Parts: sequence; C-alpha cells; structure tokens
Amino acid sequence: MNAPVVPVPAAGVQAVRSTKAGTRRRWTPYLLLLPGLLWLGIFFIIPLASLLMQSLQTPVPNGLAGQFQQTWRFQNYIDTLSQPNFYNAMIRSFTYSFIATVLALLIAYPLAYAIALRAGRAKPLLLVLVVAPFFVSFILRTIAWKQVLGAEGPVVSTLQALHLVQQNFTIYPSSAAVIAGLTYNFLPFMTLPIFASLDRLDTRLVEAANDLYAGNLVAFRKVTLPLTMPGVVAGTLLTFIPASGDYINSELLGGSVNTTMIGKVIDSRFLVLSDYPAASVLSFTLMSIILAAVWLYVRKAGTEELV
Amino acid sequence: MTMKRWLSHSVFRIYAVFAVAYLLLPVGYTLAFSFNNGGRSNLVWHGFTFDAWTHLCDAPGVCESVQNSLLVGVLSTLIATVLGTMIAFALGRYLFVGRSFTNLLIFLPMATPEVVLGSSLLALFLNLGGGLLGFPGVLLAHVMFCISFVVVTVKARVATLDPKLEEAARDLYANELQTFWKVTFPLVLPGIASAALLAFALSFDDFIITYFNAGSNFQTFPVFVWTSNQRGIPPQANVIASLMFFVALAAVIIAQVNSARKAKALAK
Repeated sequence: MNAPVVPVPAAGVQAVRSTKAGTRRRWTPYLLLLPGLLWLGIFFIIPLASLLMQSLQTPVPNGLAGQFQQTWRFQNYIDTLSQPNFYNAMIRSFTYSFIATVLALLIAYPLAYAIALRAGRAKPLLLVLVVAPFFVSFILRTIAWKQVLGAEGPVVSTLQALHLVQQNFTIYPSSAAVIAGLTYNFLPFMTLPIFASLDRLDTRLVEAANDLYAGNLVAFRKVTLPLTMPGVVAGTLLTFIPASGDYINSELLGGSVNTTMIGKVIDSRFLVLSDYPAASVLSFTLMSIILAAVWLYVRKAGTEELV
Repeated sequence: MTMKRWLSHSVFRIYAVFAVAYLLLPVGYTLAFSFNNGGRSNLVWHGFTFDAWTHLCDAPGVCESVQNSLLVGVLSTLIATVLGTMIAFALGRYLFVGRSFTNLLIFLPMATPEVVLGSSLLALFLNLGGGLLGFPGVLLAHVMFCISFVVVTVKARVATLDPKLEEAARDLYANELQTFWKVTFPLVLPGIASAALLAFALSFDDFIITYFNAGSNFQTFPVFVWTSNQRGIPPQANVIASLMFFVALAAVIIAQVNSARKAKALAK
C-alpha cells in the first residue's frame, strides 16, 4: 500500500496492435490475472457473500444448537446491534484503535523523520531494528508486555521505588494497557510508510521554504507534512484497520468484560457459542463500517495513490 | 546556526535510540525468557538454564505446531508468490479493461480486518459442511491474504524497471520470451524474493484467520501459543520465537549487504 503506484501503467506498456501477435497480447493480461483473481473470488468474495447469508439465518425450529436455516431475516441486524454488550464492544474497538492510531502516529513520525533525514550512515541499521519486532511472534511479544507492565515488572517497580505510585498500583489489566499494546504492536506498520515518503522527499523544497523566510515549523506544516501525507494515510490505515479487529491485545492486557473488543465477541459467538447469525451480523457490520471509514478518509486526504 | 543544527540532529538521534529501544524491549524479553528455568509458567524469572534449547521438542505440541506452520508457510508462500507475481505483471505492464476493478479487488483484502476474513471463510466452510476446516482451510486462507501483499510488493518493482533495457534486448534480436526470461525477470527477481519473504512472515505469524479455520485438530505455532496461554506457555515456545527471529534478521541483513555491494559495484 505504501509503494509508489502509478495511475497509468509504467513505461514499457505493450501497445495493443490488431495483428495476430496483438490479439494474443490482448489476452495476455487476462491470462495472467485469471488464477489469482479466481482465488480471491472464491476465498474472499464468496465468503463475504456467505457471511452475509449467514447473518440472515434463524435457528431451525426444534433443531440442535448450531443448526440454522436461510430465512432472510433482516431483523437479525436490529436485534443483534441493539444489544448493549455488542454495540459497546464495537464502540470500544473503534475508540481503542483510534487512540492507538493517533499515539502511533505521534511516536512514528519523528522516528521516521530521524531515520530518513537525520540518521546518516545508521539508516539501514535503524530500519532493520524497526522491522525486527515483526520477527518475533505477535502473541509472544504481547505477553512480553504483560511481563513488562505486570506487578513485578520493571515499570511498576521503578515507579514504586520512586514513590510515585502506591504499593498496590497496577498497569494491567486496564484499557490503558490494551491501548499501549495496540500502539506498540502496529508501530512498525505506521513507521515504514511514513519513512518511505520522507525518504523520497526532495529536501531542496524545504530549503527553498526556509530561504523564503518560512520558519522551521511553518516549512514543516506547509511543505514537509503535505508532501508526506501519502505515507501518513497508508500508515494510519495499516494501523487502524488491523487494530480494530484485533483481540489478542485486549484479551492478554485487558482480559475483563470492560475491555472486550469486537473481535473477541465474534470469536466466541462463532467458535464457542455456535451463534452464527449474530456473529455474522457483527462481522459484516464491522467490515462495512471500516470500508466506509476508509473510503471517506482516503477521499478526504485526497490521495489516489493507495489503490 | 551550526550549533542549532547540531542540536537538532542530536535531539532526533537520541529520540530514535529511545524509540528503537522501546520497540526492542519486548523482543529482548521474549529472547531472555527462552533461558528461563520456569517450568510450566514462564511469566516470572526463576533462573538461567539451557534446558529449553536442548530439549526443544519435550514440551508437548511445540514441534508439531512448528512443523504445521512451516508446511503452511512454505506452500502458501509458493502459491501466493506465483499468483501474485502474475497479477503484478498484468497490472504493471498492460492496459486493459478492468484494471481499476482488479486494483480494488487487490486492495480490499488488505482493508478488511482479519477477524472478518477469518469469520467469513468459516461461514463458507460451515455452509460446505465443515470438511475443509483444518490444514486445507488454513492453506486456502493463507494464500488468499498473502496474494495482495505480493502484488503490491512486486508491482512496485515492476514500475521502477528501465524500459530501455528491454528495448536494448529486442534491438539485439531477442524475442519476447527471451527478453522476458533473460532481462525482465532477473531484474524483478529481488522484488519477488522480498514479496515471498513477506508472505512467509505473514503466514507464519498469522493467528486470527488461522484460529477461525483450523478446526479442532490442527495447530499452527501461534494457535499453539494462544491455546497454551491458559495453563502456561512453555519456554520452548520462546526458543522457537528466538530461532525465527535470528533467521529472519540474518536474511534481512544478508539482503541489505548484498544490495549495498551491488550498488557499490555499479557505481565503480
């Protein structure tokens, strides 16, 4: 998503001619696309249709748990979404991931700036170190945060030793710990696209702004930031979307009813309670809200480069 | 002015050091606890030992789950890299009706939360009777979510190709196939390699989509870690994570050194 994508095909696009070779060539792109798009059609589009259908089913009368029939009951959406524990989990998910995205942006932008423009020869090393957390299992590094933030971990014991907090002070389980975990886990996703656009930035433009008596802050606001918006948009999407569906952080660092995110609700409705219609309603709603938000955001940010 | 400049450089450098330390702190914990003499619960430090490293497969389920993860990872990487590279060439090289539709279809899986991808596939598999849950379902799912990332990575590389190189090959009487296999493909190969690495990393570490479609008898490494979290994760899991960490780090560093050497050789 962060890659520079050209709206028209790159140089070297084959011209289509009405010769025999031209006819063959006209079919080449479709032959190249066919297997991959077929795969996406069968295992991405059809499942979404399947999910939509499942969300409109009702239990078979006198049937076993987990047996449903297709009754096209749209009322399922109203019934499910009006339950407080469901809509609260949905709102909580979006709130947590929104805060985590903002925090990640605030941490990542200066970091990406430092790596791209101020690191000198340390640039490749720093880039590797930013990606390094990806090489350790997502769940294990979240459990590591549990250890860091836990009652016997370094953070709490330092704060206690400095007498800044009371002896029974804990960080997790709490909403703050969940948000901290989300911020941490998706930070590389935020940093890399911003780094990519800062790395491409023509610094002479910033110098020109300075020559025209723009202070550093004005130059940043009027030149650097607008030119790196594609990176910011890609980074925020790559953070917000996975964060809003995630439930590893909320289960490991929250773990109470008050920190449950929507992913966990969908998980237990599907896999534990076999309440497929409600789970499908929630899943389909989550996707619709995110797609609508992404569409509005990309339009507002004015970057067509993403797709 | 120079003082101010020096100060601004230092501030950013110090910040970068702190930010990277923050990023690496949990990694350090995960590595350190592979040497913990903790027994069942590996959350609190009990003392240093090599036990987990020397008795890697002693913890029940660890090695099987790693085998499953490697199998799914290798197969889905192979399939997704081939399919994704073909799409990337179509998008990077041809003008055709349906381009923007294709772009949208590639973008959508990346803009859909994993829990939706996982649950929608489960809905399909359940409607089909549940027979695909387990290894086949997980493999089909992994290929699906890896394709888009391969397309984006390879397409970026195709877009930076210098068309003059291919023109030169044609001027030297290479036919279309020769031009492709002798000039274009080798030039795009580094992009395909990094796409494959990315696909493998995504597949190996995926939890949510896998968990939805694994059924009850098939465990990948992340699923193993998650399900053993209740009774305590054995330190062997940290050993596996450490091994993966060092292998991936080595791969990235070798790739970087290699490309730096090539750039130097070209500059001469």
